Amino acid sequence: MSILEIKDLHVAIGDKPIVRGVSLTIRTGEVHAVMGPNGAGKSTLAKVIAGHPDYTVTGGDIHLDGHSILEMEPDERARAGLFLAFQYPSEIPGVSIANFLRAALQARMAEGEELDASAYYKRLYEKMDFLKIDRKFTARSVNEGFSGGEKKRCEILQMAMIEPKFGLMDETDSGLDIDALKIVAEGVNRLRGPGLGMLLITHYQRLLNYIVPDFVHVMHEGRIVKSGDKTLALELDAKGYDWVKNELVVA
Amino acid sequence: MPDAQTIAIDPPAAENPAVGIDQSSGNFSYEMKYEFDAGSGLSERTVDYISSVKKEAPWLREFRMNALKTFDSKPLPTHWATRDLENIDFNKIRYYLASGGKPKRTWDEVPDDIKRTFERLGIPEQERKFLAGVEAQFDSEAAYSNIKDTVAKQGVIFVNSTEALREHPEIFRKWFGKVIPTGDNKFSALNSAVFSGGSFIYVPPGIKVSHPLQAYFRINAENFGQFERTLIIVDEGSEVTYMEGCTAPKFSTSTLHSAVVELVALKGAKIQYITVQNWANNVFNLVTKRGLAHEEAEIKWIDCNIGSRLTMKYPGVVLKGRKARGEVLSIALANDGQHQDTGAKMIHAADETTSNIIAKSISVGQGRSTYRGVVHIPRHLKGCKNNTECDALLINSNSRTDTYPAITVRGDRHAVQHEASVSKVSEEQIFYMKQRGLTEGQAMSLSVNGFVNELARQFPMEYSVELKRLIDLEMEGSVG
Repeated sequence: MSILEIKDLHVAIGDKPIVRGVSLTIRTGEVHAVMGPNGAGKSTLAKVIAGHPDYTVTGGDIHLDGHSILEMEPDERARAGLFLAFQYPSEIPGVSIANFLRAALQARMAEGEELDASAYYKRLYEKMDFLKIDRKFTARSVNEGFSGGEKKRCEILQMAMIEPKFGLMDETDSGLDIDALKIVAEGVNRLRGPGLGMLLITHYQRLLNYIVPDFVHVMHEGRIVKSGDKTLALELDAKGYDWVKNELVVA
Repeated sequence: MPDAQTIAIDPPAAENPAVGIDQSSGNFSYEMKYEFDAGSGLSERTVDYISSVKKEAPWLREFRMNALKTFDSKPLPTHWATRDLENIDFNKIRYYLASGGKPKRTWDEVPDDIKRTFERLGIPEQERKFLAGVEAQFDSEAAYSNIKDTVAKQGVIFVNSTEALREHPEIFRKWFGKVIPTGDNKFSALNSAVFSGGSFIYVPPGIKVSHPLQAYFRINAENFGQFERTLIIVDEGSEVTYMEGCTAPKFSTSTLHSAVVELVALKGAKIQYITVQNWANNVFNLVTKRGLAHEEAEIKWIDCNIGSRLTMKYPGVVLKGRKARGEVLSIALANDGQHQDTGAKMIHAADETTSNIIAKSISVGQGRSTYRGVVHIPRHLKGCKNNTECDALLINSNSRTDTYPAITVRGDRHAVQHEASVSKVSEEQIFYMKQRGLTEGQAMSLSVNGFVNELARQFPMEYSVELKRLIDLEMEGSVG
């Protein structure tokens, strides 16, 4: 089992504090949902774990299996088992999904070791069948001219192939119609298992109709203000974020 | 300067390979003792020396002398080109270095030091795998030259220019200097004065050479100038693919490479000329390349420029016969401290001629790339077509790219298209790839390979693989 611990984390963009003291522990096998209104710092949390260069950690720490990852480069964190499914994944013109994934897997191998191409394609096609993705998909350039749904599916496929310890799903549901949302959620559900921990960042409860989390956290103004099980998401949906804000004021 | 007739023959050079070398980049050199050395600097004596060593006919000696005068009289083209050209010290360059003897027909006969160089560069292996013939030039002269029997029996001639002048003067002289006259530019004049080595190919009518012929140009010596001269004549209805590769070790002083390449495709002939060069970044690479396409002939230049301090090269096609086709596909990668000034020239001189230019440049760090193109279609012609695409990729904000397309189209019976684009590898794109586990170097390398991918797919497989390998090396090296 692996464990990802976020300890009293403070994050800023420039001088502006965004995350102001978040603590959260995720074990493999668990699915945590982080909800909250726009500007609460949810996406920042996901990106800073992955090591995005725009953000500065101003306090606290992030541990993967007991070791701080703050000094690690984004690619080192990735190879250590952290995967970020991007809200807005970049296009890589001229590089097919198949070649991109191949490079990503090759990067995880020891120097001098070569990825076995036929075994790779076999596994790729298995994963694609498993996620119900058309095989022609992998010949397309990464994210180039993709619809919102295709981009998200491409992220899920990458996660399936890379097999990280932790998947950080940044607003995986944004910009998706209900059919695309179902497909993506089905993919995530299929990958769910004892070897994978997930952090689902979402604005809307509706994603949680399809991916049922073990834990739900509500973020507001850079802090986790409420944690609970899946019923919290339903309560939040019924009462709206104002309910959390008002509760905070009362407290 | 020693006289050619009285030069002492030195014993073979002792084993002295450089240590700590990067095999893959060609950055290594061996201590050589040269039997023939024209010394440093350029004068009539230098030209005389080269001509004497080669035992040339009077007409050629005169040709060289006239070329020297033209070279001396022409200013450097700094009114449009970079002033970095002024840093070439023509007096310090060594214009001719050779070990003597004819090029060998088997690798066993090639002297060990030279053989080792080409083995490290993988040439004998490539020859076995997929080539119809190989010419391996070491500094001024070919060390090895061989053509497969089956190809030779078809009447195909593949020798170096020195041999060609001796053995096939009638074909050589007919076309030599006709596509690129001495006075074309200062560097074509320089080459005409001191040229040595390079390939001569003649393909008789109706012969399709099944496998590529390859030349490999290796600079080994410091302060050296390599001036090969290549002339390829493909007779009616014939086809040939020629590939050249170039490397040199990195010295602290500058090295000059100034070739002239002339192609003649007679009626219905096809020539594909592929260059993958990986010069060390102290090399001034100033090359003139042009082809003459007769009726329904096709000339295609595939030009990959990696490395060098300054490359100036604009392969061209003169479309002389009706329905002739010309094509330039070029890729230039300018890394820190490098300037790739490349492009293409298409001179339409007959009706219904077609030309296509696709140029992709990549600028990394402080690297600078420039595209210069000329497309000329005069008024009296009809039904000519040109397509020009120039795409530039910038990796980090210090890099620079310029495009100077000169498209002159007169008359209204032609179709011309021009597209240009500049794109950048963004921080976000790099972060995305790093998040998938790629190092920064691997991420940039993948972006660059993606950028050239569509074009590289049109190359013969072995060369697109080689190109990818060179890009990977170059990009890995560009990350601190």
